[in-house]
Amino acid sequence: MSDKADSKEEKNKFEMARRSFLRGIGMSAAATAATPAWGGQTFSDAFADFFQKHYQRMSAEEIEEALERIERKASLRYGVKIDCANTPPQEGVVFGYAINISRCQGYRDCVDACVKENNLGRDSQVQYIRVLQMDRGDTNLEHSEHYYDPAEVPVEGKYYMPVQCMQCDDPPCVKACPVEATWMEPDGVVVVDYDWCIGCRYCMTACPYWARHFNWTEPEIPAEEMNPDTHFLGNRPRPRGVVEKCHFCLQRTRKGRLPACQEACPTGARIFGNLLDPDSEIRYVLANKQVFRLKEDLGTEPKFWYYSD
Amino acid sequence: MAVIRFIYDSGREMLRGPREYWLWLMILSAVVAYGAFRYAEQLSTGLVVTGMSDQVSWGFYIANFAFLVGIAAAAVLLVIPAYIFHRKDIKEVVLVGEGMAVAAVTMAIMFVVVDLGRPDRLWHMIPFIGRFNWPTSLLAWDVVVLSGYLVLNLAIPFYLLYTRYCGKEASFRLYFPFVVLAMFWAISIHTVTAFLFSANPARPFWHTALLGPRFIASAFASGPALIILTLEIIRKVASYNVRQSVIDTLALIMATAMQINLFFVGAELFTDFYNEGAHAASIHYLFLGLDGFNSLQPWIWFALTLNVTAVVILMINPLRANPVYLNVACVLAFIGIWIEKGMGLVIPGFVPTPLGEIFEYAPTGVELSVAAGIWAFGVLMFTLLAKAVIAIEQGKLRYSGNSRSALL
Repeated sequence: MSDKADSKEEKNKFEMARRSFLRGIGMSAAATAATPAWGGQTFSDAFADFFQKHYQRMSAEEIEEALERIERKASLRYGVKIDCANTPPQEGVVFGYAINISRCQGYRDCVDACVKENNLGRDSQVQYIRVLQMDRGDTNLEHSEHYYDPAEVPVEGKYYMPVQCMQCDDPPCVKACPVEATWMEPDGVVVVDYDWCIGCRYCMTACPYWARHFNWTEPEIPAEEMNPDTHFLGNRPRPRGVVEKCHFCLQRTRKGRLPACQEACPTGARIFGNLLDPDSEIRYVLANKQVFRLKEDLGTEPKFWYYSD
Repeated sequence: MAVIRFIYDSGREMLRGPREYWLWLMILSAVVAYGAFRYAEQLSTGLVVTGMSDQVSWGFYIANFAFLVGIAAAAVLLVIPAYIFHRKDIKEVVLVGEGMAVAAVTMAIMFVVVDLGRPDRLWHMIPFIGRFNWPTSLLAWDVVVLSGYLVLNLAIPFYLLYTRYCGKEASFRLYFPFVVLAMFWAISIHTVTAFLFSANPARPFWHTALLGPRFIASAFASGPALIILTLEIIRKVASYNVRQSVIDTLALIMATAMQINLFFVGAELFTDFYNEGAHAASIHYLFLGLDGFNSLQPWIWFALTLNVTAVVILMINPLRANPVYLNVACVLAFIGIWIEKGMGLVIPGFVPTPLGEIFEYAPTGVELSVAAGIWAFGVLMFTLLAKAVIAIEQGKLRYSGNSRSALL
């Protein structure tokens, strides 16, 4: 895939394969052609991957080697050179989110931006954010419309409520995991070690917000759409058979940038920031607006608020 | 040396039998092979070949798992009368019951393994080498209790059969503590499995304190049903004298447990429907359908009909004493509970999703085939174990010192 013409041909082949893709049957022709045996890796990488330790148990060198393997695998599988980082959480930072539902117009630009930023499988159509269309005067989630598709939003008489991982402070999903493949980082973000998850999906059962998603098939991402700026616990390409979820765009936010969904929102409905910083915008919202949390009665302490003005 | 001969002789006994016996083994093996073949398909393509989705993320596999843990636990209904009340008649068949427990636990474990997205990473569960989230994760608890139960149910019969094989007397003081442990353990496996579900406030359908008791009650109905049917078959094909008093005791236990189970179901229905709130959506979906989606509705009513019919037969003494009626009741109860606490328990927990989306589930051909393969594997395993157990219990298989062949 180093040759340019070659890569273009591969891309065309990929496009064709993608179109004729029957829900998850096998890998695309392009990916198959470009991948050696051992699941798209060299034998030594596959071997090292198999015995790779839990993220929290790896030494600095072991993490470095793991990151290099991830980058090599991405170039073999997707034909893209990515950069996989391991940016640590910042001191004195715990992230929180607030959404102004009177501003949200249901454009779903956040969903789009999230899919691109986080290298979500295009065929599998995984989306971390789900925007619910609700009738005004009704807060019952069972009456929500998940797949609204009118000619124009907002629809008269409706309001919109984006839902994603709430990064609960007492996360039931973390308790559920039998192998500690998911945990809360010091900056308050619940992450998954995609190389440690065994795919039992008990965390999905435990989550009250339907925030966790499973890779039922190999996630496919067109080479030209791959976001090469990745993080080990964030948006790096995921393998098949593991669970993933919103991680507040770790690859961006740990470097002081805003999450993709926040940046994409054209209405300014999304407020993201450091809960420990008394001067942050999110702290202003919490102090001055009528906020509420979804399913607060379950006691999971979401770090995700809604408000309206 | 005697241990090796014991294993060797038992293995030989397992493979010895008339043509019909071999035909039976072949049929089971063929189904196992087909299931394995379809599982290979699932492994190479991913769990996308199943009917499961992000919305309904557990399906037919976990449904069978929940049911089979109950069957495994029910062996305790033979263990208690045999070892605590010293019922001689039941002692004669208790090892057959424990063989069934071994097969059922093995099947349960297999159903969890085929449900995994990454079975290649199972070693992550091994304490110290991997990371085992015990005692926090209920799934970790389930791994502990199921594997412990498997070991107990292999070790105790192994010791008892081995001493009998050697013509010695088993040391009561040696095995009795383990028998007592196994009794409590049996209750624990099914309680933990119930807690696995009821531990989730995110899923109001399961989040009820009644789930544990319901699991035990239904297990003590479906378990004896299967044991009675199995003993009837063994009576016919193995010329093994199973006394009627054993069947009668099991039928009585079953009659009681079925009534308690139905009472529990009624209590759930009342509580959820009298003042129907949002938390009743799943049970509404199960029994009446929701927003036009009702694929489980015919199944649950069918199951309820089977269970009620079985209870009526079991509650009328002359009918329960009649072998034909009793066997019919056992078949009805077994199928009824398999539906009720298999698919009828697992699937509605996911419908609607916590965000109120209704997305239905139906198992695919791969899931049905893999499940059939696992069931066939369990039956095969039980057949082989029972074959050896019966031969040793009948005294056909004995240690013969240095001689090359066992006594016939």
